[in-house]
Parts: sequence; C-alpha cells; structure tokens
Amino acid sequence: MAASILRFRKLCYVQHVIQFETPNIENKDEGVKTPKFENELVEKQRSKNKNQNKRQPREWRCIHNCCWIIGFMCTTWWLLLFLYHTLPPAMTGFQVPESPGTRLRREGISPLHPVVMVPGIVTGGLELWEGRPCAEGLFRKRLWGGSFSEIFKRPLCLLEHLSLHNETGLDPPGIRVRAVPGLAAADYFAPGYFVWAVLIKNLAKIGYEGKNMHMAAYDWRLSFQNTEIRDQALSRLKSKIELMYATNGYKKVVVVPHSMGVIYFLHFMKWVESPPPMGGGGGPGWCATHIKAIMNIGPAFLGVPKAVSNIFSAEGKDVAYIRAMAPGVLDSKILGLQTFEHVMRVFRTWDSLISLLPKGGDAIWGNLDWSPEDGHICDLTKKGHLHSNAGDTNYNNSNGNRVFQVKEPMKYGRIISFGKETSQLPSSELPSHNLKELLQIGSPTNFNSSCGDVWTEYDEVSRESIGKIAEKKAYTVQTLFDLLRFVAPKMMQRAEAHFSHGIADNLDNPKYDHYKYWSNPLETKLPVALDMEIYCLSGVGLPTERSYIYKMSPSDKCKSIPFRIDSSADGETGSCLKSGAYFVDGDDTVPVLSAGFMCAKGWKGRTRFNPSGIATYIREYRHKPPVSLLEGRGTESGAHVDIMGNVALIEDILRVAAGATGAHIGGDRIYSDIMRMSERINLQL
Amino acid sequence: MPFLRRRKGKSPNSEPAPIDDDSETEKEHEPGQKQTARRRRNPNPNRWSCFANCCWLIGVICSIWWFLLFLLNAMPASFPQYVTEAITGPLSDPPGVKLRKEGLTAKHPVVFVPGIVTGGLELWEGHNCADGLFRKRLWGGTFGELYKRPLCWVEHMSLDNETGLDPSGIRVRPVSGLVAADYFAPGYFVWAVLIANLARIGYEEKTMYMASYDWRLSFQNTEVRDQTLSRIKSNIELMVATNGGNKVVVLPHSMGVLYFLHFMKWVEAPAPMGGGGGSDWCAKHIKAVMNIGGPFLGVPKAVAGLFSIEARDIAVARAFAPGVLDKDVFGLQTLQHMMRMTRTWDSTMSMLPKGGDTIWGGLDWSPEGNCHCNAKKGKNNDTNNAGPYGVNYGRIISFGKDVAETHSSKIERIDFRDAVKGNLLANATQCDVWTEYHEIGVGGVKAVSDYKIYTAGSILDLLHFVAPKLMARGDAHFSYGIADNLDDPKYEHYKYWSNPLETRLPNAPDMEIYSMYGVGIPTERAYVYKLTPTAECYIPFQIDTSAEGGSDNPCLKDGVYSSDGDETVPVLSAGFMCAKGWRGKTRFNPSGIRTYLREYDHAPPANLLEGRGTQSGAHVDIMGNFALIEDVLRVAAGATGEELGGDKVHSDIFKWSERINLDL
Repeated sequence: MAASILRFRKLCYVQHVIQFETPNIENKDEGVKTPKFENELVEKQRSKNKNQNKRQPREWRCIHNCCWIIGFMCTTWWLLLFLYHTLPPAMTGFQVPESPGTRLRREGISPLHPVVMVPGIVTGGLELWEGRPCAEGLFRKRLWGGSFSEIFKRPLCLLEHLSLHNETGLDPPGIRVRAVPGLAAADYFAPGYFVWAVLIKNLAKIGYEGKNMHMAAYDWRLSFQNTEIRDQALSRLKSKIELMYATNGYKKVVVVPHSMGVIYFLHFMKWVESPPPMGGGGGPGWCATHIKAIMNIGPAFLGVPKAVSNIFSAEGKDVAYIRAMAPGVLDSKILGLQTFEHVMRVFRTWDSLISLLPKGGDAIWGNLDWSPEDGHICDLTKKGHLHSNAGDTNYNNSNGNRVFQVKEPMKYGRIISFGKETSQLPSSELPSHNLKELLQIGSPTNFNSSCGDVWTEYDEVSRESIGKIAEKKAYTVQTLFDLLRFVAPKMMQRAEAHFSHGIADNLDNPKYDHYKYWSNPLETKLPVALDMEIYCLSGVGLPTERSYIYKMSPSDKCKSIPFRIDSSADGETGSCLKSGAYFVDGDDTVPVLSAGFMCAKGWKGRTRFNPSGIATYIREYRHKPPVSLLEGRGTESGAHVDIMGNVALIEDILRVAAGATGAHIGGDRIYSDIMRMSERINLQL
Repeated sequence: MPFLRRRKGKSPNSEPAPIDDDSETEKEHEPGQKQTARRRRNPNPNRWSCFANCCWLIGVICSIWWFLLFLLNAMPASFPQYVTEAITGPLSDPPGVKLRKEGLTAKHPVVFVPGIVTGGLELWEGHNCADGLFRKRLWGGTFGELYKRPLCWVEHMSLDNETGLDPSGIRVRPVSGLVAADYFAPGYFVWAVLIANLARIGYEEKTMYMASYDWRLSFQNTEVRDQTLSRIKSNIELMVATNGGNKVVVLPHSMGVLYFLHFMKWVEAPAPMGGGGGSDWCAKHIKAVMNIGGPFLGVPKAVAGLFSIEARDIAVARAFAPGVLDKDVFGLQTLQHMMRMTRTWDSTMSMLPKGGDTIWGGLDWSPEGNCHCNAKKGKNNDTNNAGPYGVNYGRIISFGKDVAETHSSKIERIDFRDAVKGNLLANATQCDVWTEYHEIGVGGVKAVSDYKIYTAGSILDLLHFVAPKLMARGDAHFSYGIADNLDDPKYEHYKYWSNPLETRLPNAPDMEIYSMYGVGIPTERAYVYKLTPTAECYIPFQIDTSAEGGSDNPCLKDGVYSSDGDETVPVLSAGFMCAKGWRGKTRFNPSGIRTYLREYDHAPPANLLEGRGTQSGAHVDIMGNFALIEDVLRVAAGATGEELGGDKVHSDIFKWSERINLDL
C-alpha cells in the first residue's frame, strides 16, 4: 500500500510539470510543425523520465489518479478478503482454543435441564411497531441494538421513539416500541459484539436447541411490573417455563440472569407466587417445582453507583472523560441538538434505571465516615491496565500502596461529593444539609424554562437552590435519594411507585406484599424452595466506579445540566481516585459488594431473607485481559459483559445445566475481599 | 473521459490567444488538438497498462456505486412511493390504514401457520463442512450456502431415510418467531405484508404468533422431536389468557392448513398420542380458521415432485438446457441430489392427492370436466375445446400425449404391480448418487411405463412401487383414502388426522372455517410423461415437455394439463371441503361449523413498480392481496363470516362439487 501511495505522489508531481510544458508547445505549433515538435517533445519527455522514472504517466489527471487509487485499493481489499475466506481457519496462524462446550461434550455431558436466559438492561434489542411519520420504513427494525445506523441518520426521531411517557412510564401516544423476542434479542448487541451468543453456542455444542433454551426478552426500559401490565412479559415467562418443564421430561429449569436481569428475575419469583390480581397466581410451591438453580451473572443485587451518575447528570465515567477532553463536541449543539440534555431526558423516562440505584442505604453502602470497602487497595497499575497512564507504569507499587492507604483514606460512603476536598474532609467539618428546607425554598420558579426546546427537569430547579445543593456537600446513599427527589421530582415520583431501596425491619409486614418491594433482596424473602440453588457469578479485578466528585457546570446557560463529574479530580498515582470517580474492585460496572453480599451473607444459610435456607454459592472470575488482538474480547475476561465469553463461567453453567450441583463444581471460589466486607456490614439477619 | 481532457487542454490555450474571435479558428483548433492528443498517445501505447486501466475502471465503478448508494440513503423514505404515485396515480391505502380509520382495533390474537418451504430452517449442529454456520439459516434468507457448498448443504437439509428424523450429528431446526416466515428471501415477502397491516390496527408481538415448525418432518414427528404441537397449544392458551379471553384467529397457509387440521385433532386427543386438551379445547380457544390457499385434498404438483422431482418450471428448464441440470454441474447431478433430498422429507407426502378417484376423477371422468384454462375467457366459451373426450384430468400421469387423449377402452395396460423389479442396473454402483430408481431396474421401469395411465388412486400404488422406502415411512404418518365409517376406532390414529376425508372436525359450533384462495391462474393438474432416453444414472422418467395441446386444447402445455387454481393448488382441492364436504352438518362436520368460501380473482400487477401486486391470486403472492388482508383484519377485529359477505365465488367450484359423489 505504501508503494502505491508513493507512486501516486510521483504521478501528481510529474503531472504538474507536464501540464506546464504541453501548453507551451501546443501554442507554438499548430498543424504542420507538430510532428517535429512532437518528436522533440517525446525526446524531452524521455530524457526527463529517464531521470525520474521509467513510466510516462503524462495523461494521468487527478480524477483518474483518484479513481486508480480507489480501484487499486478495492481490488487489493477484495483479493485479501477472498484469500481470507478461502484459507482454512487453521491457516490463519491463530489456534482457536477448544471451547468448553466441545470439551464437556467429550466428557459425555448432555443437556438435562432447560435453560432460561434473562438479559440485562441495555443489551436487549428493541424494535419499532408503531411510530411517528419520521420513523417511516422502520417497522419491525431494531431501534436499539444492531447497527444503530438510525441514530446517525435521524437522531432526534430515534430519541423521541426511545423515550417513554414522562408520567405513566409507558408508551407515549402513537409510539409502540417493543422488545425483540427470541434468542436473537440479545445474542449480539451490535454486529460482532456478542452478549449471549458464546454461551448459546456452547450450550448448543452439548445438545441444547430452541426447545430447551429460552431468552426471556423484556422491554428493559419499563419498570418490572409494567412489563407485565403492558406486554404480559411475566406471564409469558411463566408459561414458557412451565412448557419447557413439561416438554423436557419434567426437568426443572436453570435460570441464567445477567446484570439487571438478576433483579428482574427476583421480581418474577415473587410475582409468580403471589395471588392473581397483582401476581401470577402460581401458588407458593411454584419456584420449588420449576426452578433448579439461578445462576446470576454480574448480579446488581444491591444496585450500582453508576446508575446514580447516569440519572444525576447522564454521565458514566467514560462519558465524563470525553466531556472533559472535548467540551466542544458534546456540549455544543451538534446538528442543532444538545446531546447530553436530550440523552438525559430520554434516560429519565426509563423507570428501570431506578431499579439500579444503590439499595440498603447507609447500612450497606457506608455513611460519611465509613464504608465496608475501607482499606481497599487500589492497585490501578496492576488491575486497571486500561486506565493506567504512562506515569503509573514507572511507579513502584510495592511500597506506595501502603503509604497512600494511610495518607488518603477513601470515603466511599460519600457517593456524591462536590469538590475533591469535600470527599476527603472528616464529616464533622461538612456543612449539614437540609434538603427538606431546600425543597420548600426552591419550589419551581420556572427559571427561564422557556429558553430551551429541550426540557430537562433541571430547568425547573432554580439556580440558587442548585448552588445550595452543591455547596461543599457530600451525599451518602440515604441522602442521595433526597437529592434526587429534589432535582428530578417527577421521575422519582413515578419510580417510587415501582421500586423501593430500603431495608425491611419486619418482613412479615403485609406492606411487603406490594410489588414495589419485590426486586429488592433486602425487602423480600426468597421463595420456599429447599432444593433450589443460587449462584453469584461475577468478575473481579477491574476498577469499578463507586463514588463521584461533582462540580458545578461552568456555563450558566439555561439549558445545560448544572452538574457534571469533575474529571480533573485525580488522586495521586496509585490512589483510587481517577477522573472524578473513586474506584473499588468489581467487574467494571457492578462493585463486588453489590454482586456478592447477598450470596456471601444476606442469604447464606437460613436468614430472615432466605427462610428455607436455599444454598448459595459465590463464583468469582479474576479478570485477565486478552493476550493478543486476535482473541477479541478475551476468554478469561471479568468485565461486566465480556464475562459472558469467559470459559470458566461457561463451563460452570454448562455443568449445572447438565445436572451438577454447586458442590460438584467446587462450591465457593473467591478472589476478592467480599467476605471481609460483608463481615463489616451490620445487618440483622 | 474525453470531455474532461479536452476542457483541461483548452483552458491554457485561450489565454495566450485572446484574439481568436472567429469560430473558424476554434474549429480548426480543436481537431488539431485532438490529433496531437492522439499522436501523443500513439508512441507509447503501454502507458496505460492493462492493470492500471482495470484499476481505474474499478475505481470509477466503485465511486459511482458509492455515490449512488449515498444518494439512495440520503433519499427520503417516501420518494419511491411518490414516484409510483406520479406514474400510476394515487395508491389506495393499505387495508390496515383504511380499517384503522374505520375504527377497527386488535381484538382476537392471531396465529400464523406457515406452509411448506416458506419457513426458515437454521443449523444447530452440523458436520465439519458446515463450520461457522451455527444458527445461520440454511433454508430461507439468501441461500448463500447453497452456492458455496452445495453438497454440504444437501447433506444437512436431508433427513434420515428410514426414521424421517435427524441424521446422526446433524440438527437443523426451524427458526422461531415472526422472522421465521415473514420474508422467505430478502425482498420476497410471505407474511410480512399481513403482519404490517395487522400492526397498523394495533397488533404486536404479544397478540401475533408464528407457529413455525420443521416443515420437512411428518406432522406427528414435529411433536416427537421438537414438541412443536405442545408449544402451539401452550402459546394459544397463553394468548387467550393474556388477551382477556378472546379466542384466537388461526391463519394457516398452504401445507399449514393440513398441519393445523392435524393439530386440532391432536390437541383434543387423549394424552399419549395427543395433547390431552379435552374435547372442547377448540371450541374454547379458536374463533376462526382462515385457510389461505389450502391444499385440503392435496396437490398434483406433489406427485410430479415425488415421481421425478419436477414441476412445470423445472421441466421446462430441463428441456431447454439438458446440459445444465442433467450433467454434472459442480461435479454433482443436481436433480438426483435434489430428489434424494426431497424424498427424505416426509411432509411432501402429506400433499399427495387424497380421496382417490372419487374426488380427482377416474380414467374417463373428472369433476372439472372440460377445459377451463383460459381462466378469464374460459367461462364464456368453455365448450370450445376439441377432442372427443375433452381433457381428462382424472389421468394424473399418462405416458405419451396420445395415451392421455384416447378413451380408456382403447388402451392396453399391463399391470405393473407384480412386475419383477429387474436386476440392478449394470453400473448402478458407479452412480454416487443413490435414488431408489436404481433398485427398480430396467424391467421395473418398463413395467411402469406400460401401465400407461395413472389416476389418483393408482398413483399411490405407483409410488409404492418406485419409492418403497419413502412410502413405507409415509404410510405410517399419512393416509389418503375416504373413510367409510368415521366411528371406526382405527381413525383415532394420528395418521388420519391431516386428511379431512378421514376425520371429523372438532365439536365447536361457534367456530368458523374459511377457505380463501386465488383463482384465475392455470394450475398443474395432470402430466404427460415419457421415459428418459438415457437410463443409466438418471431418473428414468421425465415430463414430456414436447406435448403441446395447441390451439384446440390450450390446457395442455409443456406436458402439463392445467386447470383453474392459484398456480399450485387447484380450485377443487382448496374449495371442495368448504363448498360441500363440510357445508352444513355432515359426517365430517358433525357440529355444523359454518364454512365460507372466499375466492380472489387473480389480476397481475399493473406495472413493475407494484412488485408482486396487490390483487394477485398466486399461491404465495396472495398474502399481499389487499382484499384478502382486509378480510383477515376484519375477522381478527371481531367480524363474522356473514358480516364479511359470506361466500365470494368466481370459479365453478359448486358445479364441480356437485359432480363428486361423496357420501356425506
């Protein structure tokens, strides 16, 4: 390729010279004299070309050259593609390691229990069934998932269709967007980006197929109970499980939920055993008869801090970083739209996000001065290879960590702090906050709300109160809810009808029969099912967002989100603070605490949350980055989504699906500090 | 690019010679310049080497292609519609939009039952040659693999020759969900238009269900292997329960019609063989069965398909280009391979003509009587066709055109049934393709052709003779007769369930059965066969495409006698049960389920822009027929057959049904 570019340059150069020369000659001679001059010219040309090159590319004009280059590249590309396709896979020099499915099949493992997969948030596809005129031609095309080409073609239209109604949390009038059904719903999120595909393939290798695998796709934007109200998704799942149970020789199902699917399935288990008007009427023994095991992958049992920043300012760590680097790109009006504000407005209509807010309050997540993760060693150099910068690599980490541990104790409990200092001050120096007061002062003043076509609830919050919110304050999980109620009252009002984030004092209280408690493991009892097993399968070894440092948005424009993550807040090398977020151990999205606590302590043995003593197992998978590019996303990854391609995890699932119990596959396998952290949490069991 | 070149050359010219005021100098000047250009090129013809030229050409094509692609993408979505409207005048609203304006909304859940061939099949486990095709479509979609690795493809699409189930190590399964049969190939809709129109009046995934099944298997085997019937039952129950108790409207198409007949018997039959739904399951769950193009009594095409794997289209191709299909293309004998593959598909046998000579006509008699194949005109001057005995559709296979047209008393027939299956063909072992014909031997082949004429009744014997293994499997799953006494306990066996002449409809007086099909297209009804000249490794019989009826007998064309129908299913097969067999309270319909005939006269698309037309009556294209869609939508929204307007008949089906002498 380099050679051809070189040639192209030469051609361009030569061409100029010739262009300059030929007109001169042509002017002088017309008609008779031409041959002579022509000869001269040719000779001249020859002599020159001898100096430069053997070729005589006199007539190559720029367009021709371009065409030539394009043609050349196309041909080469096709040739390579052809070669690539004709080569047997073994010839590419990359030996594909044997997949766990093939290996286990040789061991003689065959399908026994039907498998139900419950996808998480974001990973499931959504398709259009009815839309506004702007979405013409998209009928039954994917709006979410797939190639996302529509986002670029008609961004505003797409956002409009992905939003839900701001008050009901259901469809806006005239728009119906529905979950894609079947295995295709979440096998690949985008072309080439697998989610469930690897697992499905391995299950198929030992003999699974459509009749004993089911993808419980649901509209992940809705609150869980609304998926039943609008789509009867829970009824469908119930009927599907019953059908698979009956047609597979009365073998119980193994459920594999991922991410948010974990709490969706918790909700389902309560729903299915509850009496009909609110529940599915399956009777108290339904789970015991139909479910063998629940293998939660990357479970967000107690919520994820990432959801806080998403709701608060529509940014996760990655987005915040981009925003700091290129404020012009995302903040200014690209294509006449304010990206963030639009995205935020869409986010805020999705009730399901609320289900991911941290649950259990300060007792679980820590208060101003304490958190269960205290003493966590933030070794970003070793674990956070992705986030390490050049400086880190020279850093001698054997001594350093200890030092920083003493010098800079992380206060993870402060899930949002305004300013870096605030996040480190002892609590006595923090101003006491009184949001209740604020709520009265800053009642909607319609501050300039007419100035933007983009509506975010921030417009209704006055500047003064925003200032008060931000003034050197730190928020723990408990006070965070007050904050959210203040900045996003409508959303929280909708959401609190569907989700609850507390800890139950007395689980026998009849109020806990309401569906809003069903997805919170700290406010429900597990079903009575002695033989059932619950697994917590999660990745560890990746830095995971745990708390944030915020700042006021500098611009005073009426339409911008007033807060943003202070991505300039970096800890010293080796600390857990980076780009405005404090990190702990986890799988890149879910901290170990949220993923492991219920299995490690909350449900371990016979507790009040687990009255029948369902066996729980923790299986952790230490993250190992892919060795080479050819491995793609790695076969030993521990990242939240990539873990679905982790061979160890797949093997565990396959073995359980084929009939093994938790004890057979080796019981607990723990790398993180989850046991110690759980110890520190003082929860009545 | 002479234009470009000239312009570039000219511009420096005009600068030093601004005095050129005449057009003459300009004219002189130009040719001169051209000459110089030409001469300049001459001395070095190699300058534009071949390779560079190719690259240049490809580059130009690519650039133009990309540019056009960009324009296409940038084009507003309504543009094609705008063009169409500009040419053909304003389009009528699609039925969904129209009915929505009338205020129709979704009421009854809808179940689609696709037919043979139209459903997608995907690979779940395969041999090494099918590497990388996991969960990719083998059937339906682009068929890309058929061209890339044809032998591998044939191997995976075949079933086991004895069990009729999966061969070892291969699992090919039906695609599930609406995507299974919305489009057969990209751009070739099957159910997609109907789905889109249903969605317009408010239907969505939860109220629509595609009952996809592996259409290669015999109906009972879909339950044995995949529990498909159980799934359909469970899904219908779920949809009724989650939609406020509204019963479902079932829309089977083509072979799906038979499949759903089978389902209705299965679901009410007691547990080991059936679904154990109880005797009122259908009454409780089904509002209407709207059969689209249903081959209730089978299709003659299936005979040709099984006998020599040719239908009219292939037969013509075979005659025109014997080299292509008969020779070893890509090292394989296409037809023989195809034949071997299709013969493992039990389902094809469900479509063999049912009811024997009583329904399909005997040697000198057929319900259709004379030729009607000039669809439109035929009704006016139907006696026009010559021949002392008219066209005899009863003879489904005749060897030779003259045989087909002579009266039966003048034909000498030698019974083939006892013929010795001659010794194997000499070099049968050299044929790597196995077809059962090799086992018949020369004697057998001759015996078959000596019998000369086969009616619907003797066709079965013929197939037993030439394809014993296939028919042995088939007999276990399907039956083609007419029941004398439906109370006979033997009719509780599943092999009778898909034959409307050997089962009773369920006891569901509120249910409605519609038979909706296209008419006005000549449809294969009987064949003229000949022996293949070379009898080595080839299929020994083929349709005699030279047999033309000419002007006095327009029904015979390319060796095929046609009658009225939808191009695949003759009217007789699609309409008879609703016109007579089930009409009123008969022994086949003890509870008096109401039946309605809805025929759709075929009108070809007016121009290319209309694609496959909105008034088509062809077997598959009818799924885009606006009148049919409207009927379906109205029934799904709650209308009854009476409200639709009852029967709508264009063909002579009632007259023909009269002629059939069946005890009811």
